Amino acid sequence: MSPRLLKKALLRLGFWCLIGILLVYAVFPFYYAIVTSLKPSSALFQVSYWIDNPDFSNYAAVLNQASFLRAIGNSLVVALCVVTLALFLSLTAAYALGRVKFRGRGPVLMMVLGVSMFPQVAVLSGLFEVIRFLGLYNTSWALILSYTIFTLPFTVWVLTTFMGQLPHELEEAAIMDGASPWITLTRVLLPLLWPALVTTGLLAFIAAWNEFLFALTFTLTDSQRTVPVAIALISGGSPHELPWGLLMAASVLVTVPLVILVLIFQRRIVSGLTAGALKG
Amino acid sequence: MIKLKLDNVNKQLGGARILRDVSLEISAGEFVVFVGPSGCGKSTLLRLIAGLDSICGGDLLIDGRRVNDLEPRERGVGMVFQSYALYPHMSVYDNISFGLKLAKTEKTSLRERVLKTAQILQLDKLLQRKPRELSGGQRQRVAMGRAMAREPDILLFDEPLSNLDASLRVQMRNEIARLHGRLGSTMIYVTHDQVEAMTLADKIVVLNGGRIEQVGSPRELYERPASRFVAGFLGSPRMNFIAAFLHTPGETSHVESLVLGMTSLPVDSSGLAANTQLSLGIRPEHLSLKAAQGTTGLVVSAVEYLGSETYVHLDTGQDEPMVCRCEVNAGWRVGDRVELQLDIDNLHVFDAHGTALKRHTIDSLPAGVAPRPASAGAL
Repeated sequence: MSPRLLKKALLRLGFWCLIGILLVYAVFPFYYAIVTSLKPSSALFQVSYWIDNPDFSNYAAVLNQASFLRAIGNSLVVALCVVTLALFLSLTAAYALGRVKFRGRGPVLMMVLGVSMFPQVAVLSGLFEVIRFLGLYNTSWALILSYTIFTLPFTVWVLTTFMGQLPHELEEAAIMDGASPWITLTRVLLPLLWPALVTTGLLAFIAAWNEFLFALTFTLTDSQRTVPVAIALISGGSPHELPWGLLMAASVLVTVPLVILVLIFQRRIVSGLTAGALKG
Repeated sequence: MIKLKLDNVNKQLGGARILRDVSLEISAGEFVVFVGPSGCGKSTLLRLIAGLDSICGGDLLIDGRRVNDLEPRERGVGMVFQSYALYPHMSVYDNISFGLKLAKTEKTSLRERVLKTAQILQLDKLLQRKPRELSGGQRQRVAMGRAMAREPDILLFDEPLSNLDASLRVQMRNEIARLHGRLGSTMIYVTHDQVEAMTLADKIVVLNGGRIEQVGSPRELYERPASRFVAGFLGSPRMNFIAAFLHTPGETSHVESLVLGMTSLPVDSSGLAANTQLSLGIRPEHLSLKAAQGTTGLVVSAVEYLGSETYVHLDTGQDEPMVCRCEVNAGWRVGDRVELQLDIDNLHVFDAHGTALKRHTIDSLPAGVAPRPASAGAL
């Protein structure tokens, strides 16, 4: 074998090794969760990396808990509300920030970005007061409000960027056709922003779906809890037992819908993230 | 009838004055072309008329009504954009009907008008297509259809052909001319392409640095430019300019220049002092060449063969060579020594500010009348 071919083969080998490492790094924890969830609790501490004889008792047990199903419902409501609210607000904001020239546009954008830099813990106590004041404690609205606050900067920035990339003449053509700003936004610009909306909407959904700290702080009763908190609070038969099988089954149940969503919208996301880079 | 009137219109953007005291009258049914170098304010002027930009000073009147503060749709204007700006997600039909729908046009008459517009522009078979499935020329026609559908009295075109390739450009140019004949609506057209301006316009408006340099028919502007700028801007290859001094002012001027020596010209310079600087302008087609004797005359520095004619470049010792338009079989070669023969009647004289001096021969004839046959006098 000539040195050249050898070098080529080695490079190829290295490439696939790297991909393998990346794959294991990203997927192994989730894979191990699935393996664990499919074991009866008696077999829990026998280390094995393959699913020999799947046992669905953990899933049955989780799905039999009414509070868990309730939590999934709550999470769904909260996440969907956050996505709707955040997309509506950020779309209108992006139209103003990306399209209308006004004094102080830069500072506003910087402020929006600055707000998103505070860690959650820093605003937790203040936000708690606000929610108590508004009488939203232990309701889904408390979560919708707080998640929207943390999602908006991101969605506003992304949509403003996309909005800014749409050609100006398109909007002017709509003005010449007699369209009001609202019509221009909804009938001309919105259809062109779909990929961006799907991308940002999905990311906002994932953020709201997985959020833990606010959900733990702002809700009290089982009936208002969302999924991450519900999973954390799953307890075993005695205070000394952690029901790993149940936890893992619940985690898998909660994660799989997200994975499916991402796979469905995968092409949209990619085209959304790269839209504007190429002339359409 | 005056359709549109600009009265001392000004536009400032930041600190820069884009337009200065622009006054212009446009008659109903006229085809007016704004030309000028980039940054001269021609597109801004069009956008002011459309209502996309606001007017800082002065009045804009359409049909005698002041429209400064009216929305674009209330002005009765339609606009064709340089990049077409078609709505990419809508079919051709929806693109054309969008404005009509917003104006709450009744369904059957909307359909009728869209179909009629499509027919005029030969888009009948493409109505269900999306813009991305159309060729450049077809997109251009859809853009015109969208501007026409609401039957505006005034159609505005912002460099509509600059995205097309050369052959398509000629074809669309003819289509626009035909369209104007057919619709009879007032059209205002912005371009930097002088061929488009010359062929399409009833009236050309030459803009320079936010000011109107000259307004007139293509022929008037070509034959009687009021300034050196207009003279140099229209015509390809451009007019030759020769630096000169006014030797004796008067009804007939005696002018001295390096290339031509002392010449007496039928040009009125009685307002100027002796020894002022002038520039003489002569178009390439008004020059002819004769073989020179010995070491006199100018040297041919380049010969451009164009098939139907030849451009002969002459070295004058100045930065720019003089260009002469010759017959193809005149047979000049690089290095030949030639003597210039000028068509004196078609010589333009500009003062130091670039203003044209009045010529006895051509400028006293009514507009559009051809000057008498070229009487070339050897110099």
